[in-house]
Amino acid sequence: MNKLPELIFNESKEGKIGYSFSETEFPDDIISLDDQYRRDGQNLEDFPQLSEVEIVRHYTNLSHLNHSVDSGFYPLGSCTMKYNPKINEAIAGWEEFSAHPYAPLKLVQGNLEIMNTLEKWLKDVTGMAGFTLTPAAGAHGEFTGIKIIRAHLAAKGNPRKIILIPDSAHGTNPASAHFSGYEVKEIPSNENGILDVASLEAHLNEDVAALMMTNPNTLGVFERNIVEISQALHKNGSLLYMDGANMNAFMGIVKPGDLGVDVLHLNLHKTFSTPHGGGGPGSGPVGVTEELLPHLPVPVISKQGDLYHAAYFNKGLGRVKNFYGNFLIMVRALVYLMSIGKENLRKVAEDAVLNANYIRKNLENDLDLPYKFKSLHEVVFSDKGLNVKTLDIAKRLLDFGIHPFTVYFPLIVHGAMMIEPTETESKETLDIFIRTMKTILKEAAEDPAKLQNAPYSTPVRRLDEVLAARQLALKWEKKQE
Amino acid sequence: MRYFPLTDSDREEMRKCLGIKDTRELFSDIPQDKAYYPLDHIPPAVPEDRLLETFKEIAKKNKFSEYLSFLGGGAYRHFIPEVVNHLSGKGEFVTPYTPYQPEVSQGSLQAMFEYQTMMAMLTGMDVSNASLYDGGTAAAEAALLVARKARKKNTILIARNLHPEYIEIIETYLRDLVELKIQYVDFERTTGTVNLEDLNKKVCDDCAGLLFQSPNFFGGVEDSQKISDILHGKDALSVQVVAEAMSLPFLKPAGQMGVDIVVGEAQSFGLPLGYGGPYLGFMTAKKDFVRQMPGRIVGETLDVEGKRGYVLTLSTREQHIKREKATSNICSNEAWCALRAGMYLATMGKTGLLKIAKSNHLNAAYFVKEIKKFPHVTVKYPKNFFNEIVLEINNMTVDDFTAKLEAKGILLGVPLKWFHKDYEKAVLVNFTEVHKKKDIDRLINAIGELK
Repeated sequence: MNKLPELIFNESKEGKIGYSFSETEFPDDIISLDDQYRRDGQNLEDFPQLSEVEIVRHYTNLSHLNHSVDSGFYPLGSCTMKYNPKINEAIAGWEEFSAHPYAPLKLVQGNLEIMNTLEKWLKDVTGMAGFTLTPAAGAHGEFTGIKIIRAHLAAKGNPRKIILIPDSAHGTNPASAHFSGYEVKEIPSNENGILDVASLEAHLNEDVAALMMTNPNTLGVFERNIVEISQALHKNGSLLYMDGANMNAFMGIVKPGDLGVDVLHLNLHKTFSTPHGGGGPGSGPVGVTEELLPHLPVPVISKQGDLYHAAYFNKGLGRVKNFYGNFLIMVRALVYLMSIGKENLRKVAEDAVLNANYIRKNLENDLDLPYKFKSLHEVVFSDKGLNVKTLDIAKRLLDFGIHPFTVYFPLIVHGAMMIEPTETESKETLDIFIRTMKTILKEAAEDPAKLQNAPYSTPVRRLDEVLAARQLALKWEKKQE
Repeated sequence: MRYFPLTDSDREEMRKCLGIKDTRELFSDIPQDKAYYPLDHIPPAVPEDRLLETFKEIAKKNKFSEYLSFLGGGAYRHFIPEVVNHLSGKGEFVTPYTPYQPEVSQGSLQAMFEYQTMMAMLTGMDVSNASLYDGGTAAAEAALLVARKARKKNTILIARNLHPEYIEIIETYLRDLVELKIQYVDFERTTGTVNLEDLNKKVCDDCAGLLFQSPNFFGGVEDSQKISDILHGKDALSVQVVAEAMSLPFLKPAGQMGVDIVVGEAQSFGLPLGYGGPYLGFMTAKKDFVRQMPGRIVGETLDVEGKRGYVLTLSTREQHIKREKATSNICSNEAWCALRAGMYLATMGKTGLLKIAKSNHLNAAYFVKEIKKFPHVTVKYPKNFFNEIVLEINNMTVDDFTAKLEAKGILLGVPLKWFHKDYEKAVLVNFTEVHKKKDIDRLINAIGELK
């Protein structure tokens, strides 16, 4: 077990076959392609050739090297690593849903119904007037949302120049604003880690298009001034964008639309239980207020009489992604919402917040807690006062079969440890985590080198990232004989 | 609720530990006049058995799978070996996050490294990233990459026969970046391929590069070498977009035809039609571009004991380090789709891929040869296609023609009038290896009956 499999190219042998498919029924002489365009296996000399069982073993052995939500606790802050229900996967795999995106609309009414229903329910959760489901991920949603703001302001005469972003923001926020043609201006959060109206107002002027605010923010703290902040922005002709990556903290408890949010994105792969797949695919729906509806990108789905319709071309923002977005992810999210139901929706947030606070309470005497405001779904500690670094603790956790918290983020916390347990963890798991952390901190005090050299029991030990970046090896190369 | 492991007594115990009576106290920072609102639309929880029934009812409203379909245009139905479904469905692959802790992510990382290698081989390029969202956004990212690489040059040339949705996406991406200009290069109406004369005319000192598609939106194979030569003559970059990755094993690799960057859609490698997503954007390039590339890249390294291992590398390009100065805002990508593509490619292997790709072409070629006997339809560009062709309807409107075929259980293809005014009479018809001779004969006969 846990043996590193060879690279698949080294396992390959000329003549092995891993597939089975009908032979073509046509002779080569009907080929209609000039020789100059044809490939005769160039560059494919070393392409893998393995039998089916060898393929199965290769990937099965690889799968054993991964930590995953299915295998253990994964309190990666801001990532909402909740359990991904299996029924979601099964239903999303049904062939009936896997239609061609250009199929006549009357042949795909089921799919359009799924998107229309999901949009309706997301409106319920957020209080926004309408959604686009097309963005492929959170950052793609941010990009789309900021472009919607720009289109709206431009239509009113001036797109303005600046997006304000608190210093605690995720890196995608400034990047998304930049790629939407805006200058980014960072504003400091106060000593409690949140934004206050006075410091916002000091930055407001006629160039400010919007504020991008994560709520709850990356410290896991509710931005309690949000209503006043929204009012100040609106008075200035600016808009409020809410990064909804942390929506799990108050889903069903409060609607961002009621707090004065103009545009937000959600992460179906966080709050709505769709899996992260080792980095994607996600889905980042964007919700807007009534006023911004005309600027949503295509396609826009609606119900007209008994039939669902998709306005596919030439509307609003234009197109941000092919076809309808990551449709099969939307199917999973809808299955989840239906499974959870209205009576459990706010229990998601309540249990998630209860779990995070339980961890906070049980570790706050052991670790430095730089910001003391109430935690919602996650808690951020720092490595202040320890004789090891955050990374060392993280790596040592791996030896105990626990995936570390998010490390060194948010940037406003020195040596941040950002812990988000989610609602799908048991008290037993939390207790094990808490005990493990205490054990590790004790180890740190007695023998810091033990942590600095960790992990010991993982398939590979600490990897040299500097070497990886310096001597770039980005693909397999055939060994010279 | 089966997704909540906490029991009521756990909750009680935890509240006691926190010194609170009611969990609501944890939410006291939230404006209380707005909290705990009623939900209007979301129904009560549905148990698993009834959930299946409910979704079966919805699924029944989809009739697409009852039809013999020749729809393509950027989304293709190909055969998927069962091992791909089985292996990619493993929870260990489905449920991790981005591999931020490489020591416990070697499975995903090695699989991505293998995927990168295979994509580089297929396109004849030096390096590949670990995925982008889809073909259209990958094309937009390529436009931005070209602009970054060319520094002071601000015009991006786009071939007009690029997938129209890709063009729309590029336009949306570039619209607000005021320093960048898009200029379009026309295509020959007689061949459907890039008009080289127009390219020669448009390529200028301010041109950063050209995005062209091969096979182009009409299914035709472009002369990537000639196009690249013209571009390089003006010190502009050549970017080939590929919307049908199945063409890669059959066509001469872009890397051997002077192309600098290849981007596109690799849905054809092991991903179902899925009503348009999730799909798999890819990007490969000559090695000079690696530091300007968007997205994650996996590299090989060693651990402290000298053991081979894989990590996300060159992260100084990325948003979490560089923030607004990053090469892209992308964070989550399509990692699991790339995993499936790697599995698909390894399973089909060298032999399978070459055979399957060729059979795509042969199926289209058979149709083109046979359909000639009917004067009421014309194949507009009957040479140098891969698996997709433009069929012109000469005796009635496209709507009538496709409706009549639909009544016979056949979806002929994508009406091109959706995208181009000049193609009122045309339909884009796609053939893949899933079509057998009898299916194509059925289509030919059905068309014959519409004289």
